[in-house]
Amino acid sequence: MENIQERETLKKVHDFFKKSKDKSEGNNAFLKKLLGNNNLGDIIFERLTLFFAVLVFLLIIFMGWEMYSSSILSIKKFGWGFITSSTWDPYSQVFGALPMIFGTLVSSLLGLLIAVPLGLGVAIFLAELAPDWLEKPLSFLTELLAGIPSVIYGLWGIFVLVPWLRNTVEPFLQDKFPNSPFFQGAPYGFGMLAAAIILSIMILPIISSISRDILKSVPNSQREAAYALGATKWEVTKIVLRNSKSGLLGAIILGLGRAIGETMAVTMVIGNRPQISASLLDPGYTMASVLANEFSEATSDLYLSSLIELALVLFVITIIINIFARLLVWSTERKWKLSSS
Amino acid sequence: MEHRKEMEIKLKLKNITFYRRKSTNVIMLTLSLLSALITLVPLIFIFYYTISKGIANLNLNFFTKLPTPVGETGGGMVNAIVGTLILIAIGGGIGIPVGVLTGTYLSEFGHNKFGATVRFFTDVLSGVPSIVVGVVAYTLVVVPMKHFSALAGGVALAILMIPTITRTTEEMIKLVPQSFREAGLALGIPKWKTTLLIVLKTAWKGIATGILLGLSRAAGETAPLLFTALDNRFWSTNIFQPMASLTVNIYQYASAPYKDWNDQAWTAALVLIILISLLSLIFRIITRSKYKTTN
Repeated sequence: MENIQERETLKKVHDFFKKSKDKSEGNNAFLKKLLGNNNLGDIIFERLTLFFAVLVFLLIIFMGWEMYSSSILSIKKFGWGFITSSTWDPYSQVFGALPMIFGTLVSSLLGLLIAVPLGLGVAIFLAELAPDWLEKPLSFLTELLAGIPSVIYGLWGIFVLVPWLRNTVEPFLQDKFPNSPFFQGAPYGFGMLAAAIILSIMILPIISSISRDILKSVPNSQREAAYALGATKWEVTKIVLRNSKSGLLGAIILGLGRAIGETMAVTMVIGNRPQISASLLDPGYTMASVLANEFSEATSDLYLSSLIELALVLFVITIIINIFARLLVWSTERKWKLSSS
Repeated sequence: MEHRKEMEIKLKLKNITFYRRKSTNVIMLTLSLLSALITLVPLIFIFYYTISKGIANLNLNFFTKLPTPVGETGGGMVNAIVGTLILIAIGGGIGIPVGVLTGTYLSEFGHNKFGATVRFFTDVLSGVPSIVVGVVAYTLVVVPMKHFSALAGGVALAILMIPTITRTTEEMIKLVPQSFREAGLALGIPKWKTTLLIVLKTAWKGIATGILLGLSRAAGETAPLLFTALDNRFWSTNIFQPMASLTVNIYQYASAPYKDWNDQAWTAALVLIILISLLSLIFRIITRSKYKTTN
């Protein structure tokens, strides 16, 4: 009984402070009126910070506009054909980006296919299973993986991953599945498979760390309720997962966004040939790697403008993906914050 | 009799479900542990190869000599090491003030729709591929100047740093207790001085961590430099000229068909990792408890 009363008083105090915090803006306005805040420094300071905030806000719009206006030549010449045609031939000045769009999507989705189960597994381990002394160093190590520059992944890909694929994995796959369309062609090592594996390693830390945060934001009362009904640890975890579905989807999509924009590591291992092939062993090309390879060598205006248009397509795709994913992550985290407060 | 049999069957079924649930539990939890272990494998591999392959060529020459022409052994990457430092300095020179001030705006004045929009846009900006930022820096700086330059590379790096610095600054300033601001204002100190001298000073450690994170990410960027700062085989500290960087060198040396170049790429990778770790070490020393933050 006493306990309940105490709690109610606490809640009242809490509410009071919360209200006064919300009102602090209004109070400031009142004080301003009362004292007449015409401090020049204040006005300059607020305007200055506002200026930079507006700058950052405009940056994205400006980036889109800048690329649009620089690629007008190719937009006018090819129209929608730019993303539906599969000929990319700088010599005869014909530019169709379909093979690169295909390469980007396939390599990223394959990367996701490997990274999602692993990343979610790691997140579950970190959020639900690992004791504190294990969770911290392990989180640190996965974040370390995210901090390695992508060109070092590429370097490792060229000299370690690709030879291993060429000599061990790809012959093995061809031996086991001789008729599968996915494993045709000479095993170069360089190709879609190598790109997908490198990408999966690179996006794994993103997926696992965001998912971990989302799982941790699920209130403990949910777990306790499930345990009280006699659920096993995995069943509890399943409930937690089901409750944070949309946030986890957001984490996965953020990983996809990263994979689509990833440049160096992919450029170094994918083989860089503009073709659409079902075989994972064949070389491919992605939008980002075309830019990395050909941008500084573009000889004609049309060539350059086509490359910039490619960057614009990449920009639009990643922006859409990011907006979507951020909204998902935000809404899940807010859901728990609202219900717990 | 009937009844007993029924009970027995029910009990058996119950046992079966019980064991099935138990075993699913063990299997799934083991898989989760396994995925955590698998994640560590590439990390160990990458560090192992970078260190073991990079250390062979790690000598004084690497830090003091310029690259030699193909075929000649020896030579180093002093120009690329200095180049990387200059490039992140330019990036930081532009990106840090913009990021810190935007973060200050968001936490001190941005509790409105516009603030939320800016916050959202910064998050979206952090998802823009670095190569696209490179293209923008190209159209923005290289095209008007008519030649590649370190400045263009620095601009690209600055754009990439801004989201990280902005968001960390905002989060860190938010941690400063409201009473600090009130105490300053109560003494009649104008808001701008309170923000700069009290709030920012209290949050400075955290902000420095954000800046460090931005800088070290920028140091590892390759894609936005490929067609902005380009590359330079010679010694150059002129920011209006092309400039070498460690990352672009790693890319080119790794893709080249010469064995000694490939070896040097590993060394450059090792030096890059050391450089990034040094950056974080220096910041940690600077920010170590000179002012103890009280939260």
